[in-house]
Amino acid sequence: MAKPHYEPPKQSVAGQLFDSLFLLVLVFAALFTPLYLKLAGGGKTELAVADKTTWAGLGQNAVQQAQWEKLGMTPESAAGIITSRFDYSFDLAGLGLTILVVVGYFLLLFHFSKAEYADVIEERFGKK
Amino acid sequence: MSQTTVVHGEKISLLRVLGPGHIWALGVGIVLVGEYMGWNFSVGKGGAFAALIACWFAGLLYTCVAMIDSEVTSTVAAAGGQYAQAKHIVGPLMAFNVGLYLVFAYTMLEAANAITLGYLVQTVGTMAGFENVHDKPFIVLTIVFLAWLNYRGVYATLTFNLVLTAVAFIAIIVLFASVKPWSGEILKHGDLLNGLPYGMLGVVAALHFGLWYYLGIEGTCQAAEEVRSPARSLPLGTMTGIITLLLAATMTWYICSGLMPWEYLGQAVTPLFDAARLTDSQPLMVLLFIGTVFSTLASANGCINDASRAWFSMGRDRYLPTWFGAVHPTNRTPYRAIMFLVPVALVFAYFAPLDQVITFSILSGLLGYTYMSFNVIMFRKKWPLDTIKRGYVHPFHPIPAIVLLVLCSVTYFAVFLGYGTQLVAMMVFFAVASLWFHFHRYKYVRRGDQFTMDWPRPAGY
Repeated sequence: MAKPHYEPPKQSVAGQLFDSLFLLVLVFAALFTPLYLKLAGGGKTELAVADKTTWAGLGQNAVQQAQWEKLGMTPESAAGIITSRFDYSFDLAGLGLTILVVVGYFLLLFHFSKAEYADVIEERFGKK
Repeated sequence: MSQTTVVHGEKISLLRVLGPGHIWALGVGIVLVGEYMGWNFSVGKGGAFAALIACWFAGLLYTCVAMIDSEVTSTVAAAGGQYAQAKHIVGPLMAFNVGLYLVFAYTMLEAANAITLGYLVQTVGTMAGFENVHDKPFIVLTIVFLAWLNYRGVYATLTFNLVLTAVAFIAIIVLFASVKPWSGEILKHGDLLNGLPYGMLGVVAALHFGLWYYLGIEGTCQAAEEVRSPARSLPLGTMTGIITLLLAATMTWYICSGLMPWEYLGQAVTPLFDAARLTDSQPLMVLLFIGTVFSTLASANGCINDASRAWFSMGRDRYLPTWFGAVHPTNRTPYRAIMFLVPVALVFAYFAPLDQVITFSILSGLLGYTYMSFNVIMFRKKWPLDTIKRGYVHPFHPIPAIVLLVLCSVTYFAVFLGYGTQLVAMMVFFAVASLWFHFHRYKYVRRGDQFTMDWPRPAGY
C-alpha cells in the first residue's frame, strides 16, 4: 500500500526571500572569511639567494635570464617570484582535524540522505 | 523524459535541440580555459615535472569521472546532471549538496574566467600604450553580457560556444606547431626544467591545481534534458571531450615548460599568451590573445548555463525557494536562476584573488567527484545491470570508482598543503547548509516527486 501523499506547507514570499538570503550570507561567509582573516593560501617561505640584484645571484642561467627579460622583468622585479616558496610543513593534529571534518561531513550526508530516501521510495512505490 | 514547469497555467519544458557536437562544446568549452590559465599554479606548487605528473593523474581521475558519469547520465537523463542522479540514487540531502557543488564549481569558474579576461585586456592595453586601462569594467561586462546571452536561449548560447571553443583549441595546436616541438630551436626544456624543487611532496601538492586542466568536463550532463538523443550524445560528447582535453593539456605543458622559467610559469595569469609573447611572433600573440579571450568567454558561458540549470532544478524540486524554478515563457530558459547567480559571480570576480577563486571552484568539484565514486557503486547495487536499460555501461566496475575515491583522497591532502583553511571553511559551510536543509528546508519537499524515472523499486528498499 502506498504511503499517504505528503503535502508540504506553502512557503510565504517572505520565507522564500529569507531562505535565499540565508544561503547567500552563508556562501559569502564561507568563502570570504578565510580571505579576510588572511588565512587563505599557503604559508610562504623565502629561498636564500646569493644576490637579489643579479640574474646569476638569483641562480638563473643564460636562457632563463633571456626569457625573464623578454617578459619585461628585471632581477629586482623577478626576485620576489624566484625566491618565494610554499611552506608545506604541517602538524599531524591539523591534518587529523581536517580528515575528521571531511569524513564527518560525508557521514552526516549519507546518514540523513538515507532516512530521506526511504521517505521518497515509500511514497513512490508504497510500503514493502 | 522531459520535466515541465507551469507558467500561467501552461506547461513549459526545456527545448530538446542539442546534439553530440553541442555536448562536446559544452564540456570542452567550459574546460579548455584550464589550459589558458590556472593549471600553471600546479607548477608553482611542485615545479614543472610535478605539474606534468599531476596532469596525468588528474587525467586518470577525470577518465574515471567520464566513465562513471556517462553510464549514470545516459540512464538518468534529466536537467541538473549529477544533481538529478543523486536525487534518484542517494537521497534529497545528497542531491541538495550536489546541486550546491555544481553551482559553486561553475560560478567560481565563471568568476575566474572574468578575472583572466579583465587581466588580459589590461595587459594588452598596457602593451599597446594605454596605461590607464582597468580590468574591472571588462570583468563586469563579461559576466553581464554572457548572462544576457544565456537568458535569451540555450541553442544560440551553445552554438556560440561551439565556435569559440573550436577557435581556442585550434590556437593551441597552431602555437604547438609553431614552436617546432621536434627541435630545440625555440623550446629550451634542457635549460628551463629543474627537477622537483619540493620533492615528491610537491607532486602531491601539484595535484590540487592539476584538476584545473579538466575541471568541468562533467558539465556535459547538465544539459541532459535538452539533448535530442541523450543515450548516444552524452557518452559520445563526454568521451571525445576528455580526449580533446588530454591532448590539449599535454601540448600546453610542453609549450609553456619549454619557454619560461618555472617560477614565472607558476604564478602567471595568462601562461599561453605569455608563451606566444616569448616566440617573438606578433601573429601568434594575436592568435593566443584571441584564443584566451574566446576560451574564457566559452567557459564562462558554459558555466552560466550549467550553474543556472542546477539552481533551477533545485528550485523546481523545492530544495530552494520555488521562485527559482521558473522557465521563461518565450525564451524557455531558467531566467530567474541565471539572474540570481550574476551578483554572486560579480562579487567574487571583483574582490577575490584568482588562485583563491580557483581553489573554491576546485574544492566544489572535488566534493562532487567524491560523491560520484559512491554514487555509481550505489547505482549498480540498487539497480543491477539486468534491471534497467542503460545507454552506456562502463567497463571494469568497481575499479574506476575505487581509483576515483583514492585520487580524490590524495587531492584533499594536496589542497590541505597550502590551502587547508579554505578546505575546512568549505566543509563547515556544506555541513551547516546540510543541517539547514534537513531540519528546515526538507519540509517543503514533495517526497514522491523526487523519483521521476520509470525504474523498478531499488534493491534493499
